[in-house]
Amino acid sequence: MLVINTCRNASRLALRSLNLRSPIAQRTFSAGLALKQKDVVNVTFVRANGDRLKASGKVGDSLLDVVVNNSVDLDGFGACEGTLTCSTCHLIFKTSDYEKLPDKPGDEELDMLDLAYELTDTSRLGCQIILSKDMDGLEVHVPSTINDARAA
Amino acid sequence: MGLNLLSICRRGLHTSPARLQVIQGVAPTKRICIVGAGPAGFYAAQLLLKQLSDCVVDVVEKLPVPFGLVRFGVAPDHPEVKNVINTFTKTAEHPRLRYFGNVSLGTDVSLKELRERYHAVLLTYGADQDRELELENEQQGNVISARKFVAWYNGLPGAENLNPDLNGRDVTIVGQGNVAVDVARMLLSPLDALRVTDTTEYALEALSRSQVERVHLVGRRGPLQAAFTIKELREMLKLPNVDTRWRTDDFSGVDSLVEKLQRPRKRLTELMLKSLKEQGRASGAAGSKQFLPIFLRAPKAINLGEMEFSVTKLQEDYAVATDNTERLPSDLILRSIGYKSSCVDSDINFDTRRGRVHNTEGRVLKDTEKIDPGLYVAGWLGTGPTGVILTTMSGAFAVAKSICDDIAANVLDTSCAKPGYDAADKRVVTWDGWKRIDQFESEAGKAKGKPREKIVSIQEMLKVAGV
Repeated sequence: MLVINTCRNASRLALRSLNLRSPIAQRTFSAGLALKQKDVVNVTFVRANGDRLKASGKVGDSLLDVVVNNSVDLDGFGACEGTLTCSTCHLIFKTSDYEKLPDKPGDEELDMLDLAYELTDTSRLGCQIILSKDMDGLEVHVPSTINDARAA
Repeated sequence: MGLNLLSICRRGLHTSPARLQVIQGVAPTKRICIVGAGPAGFYAAQLLLKQLSDCVVDVVEKLPVPFGLVRFGVAPDHPEVKNVINTFTKTAEHPRLRYFGNVSLGTDVSLKELRERYHAVLLTYGADQDRELELENEQQGNVISARKFVAWYNGLPGAENLNPDLNGRDVTIVGQGNVAVDVARMLLSPLDALRVTDTTEYALEALSRSQVERVHLVGRRGPLQAAFTIKELREMLKLPNVDTRWRTDDFSGVDSLVEKLQRPRKRLTELMLKSLKEQGRASGAAGSKQFLPIFLRAPKAINLGEMEFSVTKLQEDYAVATDNTERLPSDLILRSIGYKSSCVDSDINFDTRRGRVHNTEGRVLKDTEKIDPGLYVAGWLGTGPTGVILTTMSGAFAVAKSICDDIAANVLDTSCAKPGYDAADKRVVTWDGWKRIDQFESEAGKAKGKPREKIVSIQEMLKVAGV
């Protein structure tokens, strides 16, 4: 995973420097970027202390993927790696966003959420939320107990 | 660094790197020792390494192999839970972490010595004892602790000779926590489901000859106080060829209370009630086994082939014994009423009654109130044996944060260099040594279609590790 990320970052950097250097390359690459940007979904993770962590993923990624692929600074997030056996990727949605999610949580997800701290009616596990284009700009709240250890 | 400090620091320092640091005026590396390589230890290490860029974390572990209850507690048929090992491995391979396996606090090294050699010591060695029923005949052979049974099927060194007697039809598990349910599931699962797990070979062999047909899961209190979590119950209800049978009487009045419950308790209770309503409908196939949760019964006596319970009634959430009793056929009795920790070094301020270290939010206490600076505790050794991995993780992060805060506030004096553990001339298993064991076990498992075949003998672990 780490290797892939590094490669991705490296190619992004390469793209940027190419854009600066050559107008032709810019045209070619900006077309590519435009296409690519269609699939990019931006997400903001809001910590209990108000910190806003911005990250982006592709359509089809889960919110857990977004955290892992961007090394979003959320300690302990996704301990079971998306296998529905822990609740460390617990996220809280705004009611309007929650209602727009295409799938309702299944029994197994609810079973795990029942063990989470700060459970709300709009809680979900990040590993079960798959990004779609209309989620661009999504803001999710991260329960304090995972990352603001004092509250534990 | 002030001159005064310099001169104090110089005294008694003869090791050159430490001295160099002092002479150069560089703040010395902060050395932190974590005792116990289980989840609490690894999560604390993860946070310390991230927050303190100038620290070295040494993890000492009694066994040659790491991961504590993730390896020796988590049920073999829950491999997903063990994914945390990937994160722990990343932490262990951090350049500022050193792993010393096969080093036992209290025998190989004393707490006093560790405290002299480190700026801070964090105890995370868990809970390796269990609470007893305190009944006559409890020491007889057919009464064993669920903790030992778990250790047996999971290959904890020393547990391999438990030889649980599985020749009888009835097993009674006293206690209804998730450990109790894990044990029930191991006893009732189809063997083929376990053969593809890392259950030890000798346990699979013993389970293949098991005559157990009924497992009673007995709790003192009622369904509304049930200690198992919903995931574990749902798993039991889905187990092939196992018929779960509740007692209708146990649930009298429960229906009317469901709506008022908080969501987790409500969903758990609804699942029990649903299962109760459906029971007997799909009458169990011939030869199916039975899972029998029983509420409102308190252990009273252990007799030959049976166990006697007091019928209880609830007063404010407490179970109070009545004069009525019930006997349950019990060829094997498994006690699962909680773990407790042991005091491995006489310098630990240990609360014998509660089976844990005296502490306030992870800072170890000197006496009843005063904090002993530089000594910390996390995980079950500090909190008592409750909670899921999230609980341990949050707790360990919190204690690690306290260590960082104490260093920042100079509650801990980190101005003098500390040497760390001296592993010279000792049979210490390093992380590379563990990787050799890991590879050996994985390969041995592959041949049998299992994720790993655990080495159970410490001598063999040391041999494979090349120590």
